[in-house]
Amino acid sequence: MADQPFPPDFSQFTCPAPLRDRPQIVLGHGGGGALSQDLIEHVFLPAFGNPVLDRLGDSSVLDLAPHLAGGGRLAFSTDSYVVRPLVFPGGSIGDLAVHGTVNDLAMSGARPLYLSAGFILEEGLPIADLVGIVARMAAAARAAGVAIVTGDTKVVERGHGDGVYINTAGIGVVPPGIDLGPKQVVPGDAILVSGTLGDHGMAIMSVREGLEFEAAITSDTAPLHGLVAAMLEACPAIRLLRDPTRGGVATSLNEIAALADVGIEIDEAAIPVSPLVASACEILGLDPLQVANEGKLLAVVPAAAAGDVLAAMQAHEHGRAATPLGRVVAHHPGRVALRTTLGGSRVIPLPLGEQLPRIC
Amino acid sequence: MKHLAEYRDADTARRLAAEIGRIVTRPWAIMEVCGGQTHSIIRNGIDQLLPPEVELIHGPGCPVCVTPLETIDRALAIARRPGTILCSFGDMLRVPGSREDLFAVKAAGGDVRVVYSPLDAVKLARSQPDREVVFLAIGFETTAPANAMAAKLAAQEGLTNFSLLVSHVLVPPAIQAIMRSPGNRVNAFLAAGHVCSVMGTWQYPPVAAEFRVPIVVTGFEPLDLLEGIRRTVAQLEASRHEVENAYPRVVDERGNEAAQRVIAEVFTPVDRAWRGIGVIPESGWRLADAYAAYDAERKFDLGGITAEESPLCKSGEVLKGTLKPNQCPAFGRECTPRTPLGATMVSSEGACAAYYNAGRR
Repeated sequence: MADQPFPPDFSQFTCPAPLRDRPQIVLGHGGGGALSQDLIEHVFLPAFGNPVLDRLGDSSVLDLAPHLAGGGRLAFSTDSYVVRPLVFPGGSIGDLAVHGTVNDLAMSGARPLYLSAGFILEEGLPIADLVGIVARMAAAARAAGVAIVTGDTKVVERGHGDGVYINTAGIGVVPPGIDLGPKQVVPGDAILVSGTLGDHGMAIMSVREGLEFEAAITSDTAPLHGLVAAMLEACPAIRLLRDPTRGGVATSLNEIAALADVGIEIDEAAIPVSPLVASACEILGLDPLQVANEGKLLAVVPAAAAGDVLAAMQAHEHGRAATPLGRVVAHHPGRVALRTTLGGSRVIPLPLGEQLPRIC
Repeated sequence: MKHLAEYRDADTARRLAAEIGRIVTRPWAIMEVCGGQTHSIIRNGIDQLLPPEVELIHGPGCPVCVTPLETIDRALAIARRPGTILCSFGDMLRVPGSREDLFAVKAAGGDVRVVYSPLDAVKLARSQPDREVVFLAIGFETTAPANAMAAKLAAQEGLTNFSLLVSHVLVPPAIQAIMRSPGNRVNAFLAAGHVCSVMGTWQYPPVAAEFRVPIVVTGFEPLDLLEGIRRTVAQLEASRHEVENAYPRVVDERGNEAAQRVIAEVFTPVDRAWRGIGVIPESGWRLADAYAAYDAERKFDLGGITAEESPLCKSGEVLKGTLKPNQCPAFGRECTPRTPLGATMVSSEGACAAYYNAGRR
């Protein structure tokens, strides 16, 4: 979504309907009455419309039998999105709400099919802003090939929300024969990463904190199920996939080490970080391994298949900068160790919580 | 980043480490003064490259770590005041006071904000004239110029809703206090490069002469640190005790004189308590009387706040170099980054947190 202008230009926007002449969200938009219907008719349906949603039932009825034929299994996931600012270089809360849940499904090897969308709007939100976010969300869903089939809107009083919160839940289908999980991980496996680390977190932080770098850092938000499908085609025996979102790669690797009860070793020199993100992290005293990503994945693969999987990743638009990061080892189970460029080593701890810029 | 990569070259690092191994003949304890150096040493595994004779002792150079509990409690009291915004660098938010930290005050409704420069706090005060904005001004000489500028700017603009809670500390008196402390093991110092970029190196020759201790001004990248250590060991082996500048791309003898002038105008020396160490004479700065209107301690009645340290915490001995973090009985047990008893476990620059996070249990 990097081609979209930032900040978005709403100057040419004209409201598609009178919306009872209100330019802003009011409490009544969440009341279930005529104002709610206005939003559905003029904002949500035009953007998300599809045969299932258009029926406007209390629930959507999905025919999954064809997808599950031959032994496919259902994958189901939910996530809530509370990002501030709502629009940032490279994306918006709408993109995240689609990509985040699509990627959670993809990490099980699933092909995502359907999403729900729950909106919690803050009284006073300009409807033009909502339309912009919904448009980006719809574009992201279309590009990812998923349908938004059910939804809900609530409005909270001014001061009780950051403009828009979105919850999405998603359903996908894991093809027969694919079984990803920590119990498959064994010492000797290779760890691959699909591209540069820390782009999303630093994009958000630089906008949120008003930090000005030479060029804008752009969020990497992207749907990864296409990449995953290509990887599984190259090697159906991939052990485990993770998307290192909040808490970054440091968190994901620690989770893998703990769940699989193995040690993990990564090489400092192999960590892919763009020069801009590296500089920004250096200035703020942050570790790119702890910064969030929204369009990257970590893969644990059998060592013998690492070359094939890497080639498949590099051939895909969301894996061009894929690179080996490290390996699974038998010693120090539960721990992640980093070999420093200088030949020393240190443990990568599970990050505590919020990243705090160092003082000097 | 290209200007950093050249100071991180692995081959040169190994050559420097080998050179140190070649010249060293007996055990030496070298203290790196600055927390930023500690962070880099642990992060890059530099101590693992050194010969066993060279021991690095992690000094009291993390401003977060040495800020007294009273100051934290005073900041917490300010943050709890209605109509007040407390601004701080990020590290300070998680530093525990006697009962809670700034995160807890924030969660309870206090307005606590992370800023990246004290000038951002001035900007905030300008834009919110009906709120009191207080900046928690801690740090060594490095952060003093910007903090002094914030006070100066607020005075120039006549802002009445901005003040600083100042707890500045200074490196040379700390070096003197360490050399005078009973049981001192430190044979030489790596002086903090960024402090010297502001203050120059002219303060150090009298200290080196008085205590017959080598002081090498050192940077923060792996090659900077190894070169600083190499020069220190060379001096020790030759029984020299001089001030050397191993960070000339940033530091010169005179320092940043414009910054020193602003500091001299805005701040005045004061006896300062260092957390875990105690009061060191003339070891800090407070706002000068001309800037009393911008002194949060005078503006808000905070005098009654006193605090007791945890009896389990041995951070004072860690800061003086007489105890390694993982030799403390509470290390990794009662005291972890999640439940820090002392500030050395809080900041990523603190020696205890650096050990814990690098898995040195």
